[in-house]
Amino acid sequence: MDFNLSGEQQALADSVARFTARDYSFEARRRLIEAGTGLDPQHWQTFAELGWLGAGLAEDAGGYGGGPVENMIIMEGFGRTLVLEPFLPVALFAAQTLAALPASALRDELLTGIVAGDALIVPAHGELAARGAPDHVETTFANGRITGTKSLVIGGHAATQLIVSARSTEGIGLYLVDPAADGVSARRYRLLDNQHAADLQFDEAPVLETLAHPGEGLAAISTGLAHTLTGLCSEAVGAMDTAIRMTRDYITTRRQFGTTLSTFQALQHRMADMLVEMELSRSILYQGIAALDQPGASRDRGLAAMKAIVSSAALFVGRSAVQLHGGIGMTEELAIGHTYRRLFVIAGQFGGESLHLKTLAGLPRSFWQETTSPAAC
Amino acid sequence: MNFDIAPEDEAFRAEVRAFITAHLPPDIARRGQHDYHSAREDVQRWMRILNAKGWSAPHWPARFGGTDWSPLRKYIFQDELRRARAPVLDRCALDLLGPVLCTFGSPQQQARFLPPILNGDEWWCQGFSEPGSGSDLASLRTRADLDGDHYIVNGQKIWTSEAHYADWIFALVRTDQTVKPQAGISFLLIDMKSPGIVRRPIWSIDEGLTLNEVFFDNVRVPAENLIGEPGSGWGYAKFLLTHERTTSAVVSHTKRDVDQVRHLAAHARAGDGLLIDEPAFAAKLARLEAEVIALEWSVMRVLHAAEHDAAGNAVASLLKLRGSELSERAALLAAEALGDHGLAAMPDPEGHHILHGDGLSPGLTDDEAIGVTAKAMFRRATTIYGGASEIQRTLIAKSILGL
Repeated sequence: MDFNLSGEQQALADSVARFTARDYSFEARRRLIEAGTGLDPQHWQTFAELGWLGAGLAEDAGGYGGGPVENMIIMEGFGRTLVLEPFLPVALFAAQTLAALPASALRDELLTGIVAGDALIVPAHGELAARGAPDHVETTFANGRITGTKSLVIGGHAATQLIVSARSTEGIGLYLVDPAADGVSARRYRLLDNQHAADLQFDEAPVLETLAHPGEGLAAISTGLAHTLTGLCSEAVGAMDTAIRMTRDYITTRRQFGTTLSTFQALQHRMADMLVEMELSRSILYQGIAALDQPGASRDRGLAAMKAIVSSAALFVGRSAVQLHGGIGMTEELAIGHTYRRLFVIAGQFGGESLHLKTLAGLPRSFWQETTSPAAC
Repeated sequence: MNFDIAPEDEAFRAEVRAFITAHLPPDIARRGQHDYHSAREDVQRWMRILNAKGWSAPHWPARFGGTDWSPLRKYIFQDELRRARAPVLDRCALDLLGPVLCTFGSPQQQARFLPPILNGDEWWCQGFSEPGSGSDLASLRTRADLDGDHYIVNGQKIWTSEAHYADWIFALVRTDQTVKPQAGISFLLIDMKSPGIVRRPIWSIDEGLTLNEVFFDNVRVPAENLIGEPGSGWGYAKFLLTHERTTSAVVSHTKRDVDQVRHLAAHARAGDGLLIDEPAFAAKLARLEAEVIALEWSVMRVLHAAEHDAAGNAVASLLKLRGSELSERAALLAAEALGDHGLAAMPDPEGHHILHGDGLSPGLTDDEAIGVTAKAMFRRATTIYGGASEIQRTLIAKSILGL
């Protein structure tokens, strides 16, 4: 075990910090929100040029040979400044889903497009009734066409291609769909944190290519989702850390009753609890990343435990940060409210605490049989 | 970064497990399933078995009878002891006094006191808290005045765990009344058989006896029993409390307790089904389990952090706070799993120290259920001792967040 970044990983972290410092000031981010696109093409180009879109992708999948730690570093940095571009759905969810498929000319071409920044491919997988459960797919596939509705497709408004999960009698398959095709309609919306998403309705929409045959799609999309969950929790840790720093800075300067707020023990203890929640989240994030290599049930247990903890921590830290700011924390003009909104979204994205506790409860295992635990045997 | 356990460490775990399986006496293992403090005889037998293997104090330096295991291996060793329900060893001697003696003791003190600890021959208790000095320990008043080559000790200690068993006490005493509070404190080793020492048991809400008051009335202690320099006791106490940063998480204990809850709930009827399948209970257990996983990975981070690494310090600061909370929660959930019987008093059927000798208790046959409510009550203390949670939060706020 080694919990320190390697030299290369530190360089990546520094590079992300330089980008966000330069391009993601609060004011720059506000302008991007005003632009209404949810995506700055120049930023995306930078992601490609700096190799971030393939940083966490194996070489045999067209990436630069890194792994989940590289994605963690990028997402944590993005969480610190609330990057708006749909990096997570494209570079983690779509890319890792594709990487989990057997190599083929089509798969490799799509991955190359993602890494180069040319293809903005996002999965359209979640559905309202699934509430984050990965295997609940009502959308159907028959005769080369897809029918159903996918919800909360972040980046779906700007996608060049969609990876759609759909069920037929033989099970769940994955299909490449042109979002501009007849039979595809998008209901676009903004999330509370100003990310852009869409609900996508497929009405006998034509399939471009079959990526995974019926019965073979769930494993790949679950792997993609597993990487996405660790990326999302990395983002949460970055955002929590920022919320704690901003709150500390605020209460050490704001004066009431003739002294700074930071001298009041009630506030000190609240901040201590915020720090504890953030550190526990980071700990269980590492566990989640370790679990990615484990076989099915062990992986799913590890990820469920991670997301349950991080979801509740994200809400606690975000809410507490606003609480300690007082009225000013409620304003659009202050960064802390934006951080809270991102943490709120993360807490619920791909299922909240309840869903993941249910998953964990459904996969009982002694600690001393748990292969993702440091107590493995 | 690399989050995998090395194969050699996995092999080490297997070696430890095999040794425990082969050598832990079955009667001790059975009593270990019960949720009481282990009896001195059980601990002593087990310590002698471990000592014969050279394993009774692995965290001590090798030249004093410890090992040169890595921090991770020391953790794995303790983890396997808990998995096997082995008796909890004499923590005061092994974890608290031992490192102080190894680091600050004179060669004579080390030669005199360390070997009997390793073999379980001499038992120790810690004399820190006083009636007027709990969280504010530096205000302690027990005094030791030099009289020739002896100190004369007068005062009172309280909450002294296992003092009724102990042969010796290591105490913080005030040897200088004229300097600021911390600077006047010394670290003194006192024979509990000394004339003038009176122990009084304090029965606690678990109906068990671990706590005591210890009174000192003109107790003569050889001056050679003072550790290091007079007036340096506060520093040794701080060393002792911070030397081992991960033990206070008690994560392996709580892992065992979570397994215990799962076992109890899987055998507890609830209507036509089992408690483990009740969604509300299952969610509570899953939440506890997830938090314990987060705690254990926090321990991993600290074990692998350099001693003065800022990030490591931040993680270490949460271990006692959250570890103690989870420890109590696990015990409460175990009691909840027992339903009606989870409300009953459970005096130790094989215990030597029982408040009420009436023998009344529900007829529990599952060893994993025996003593559950006594543990639930005793664990109420976890967020009080060793620096109360409120103190921990203030420490985090000041030392980590700089508030």
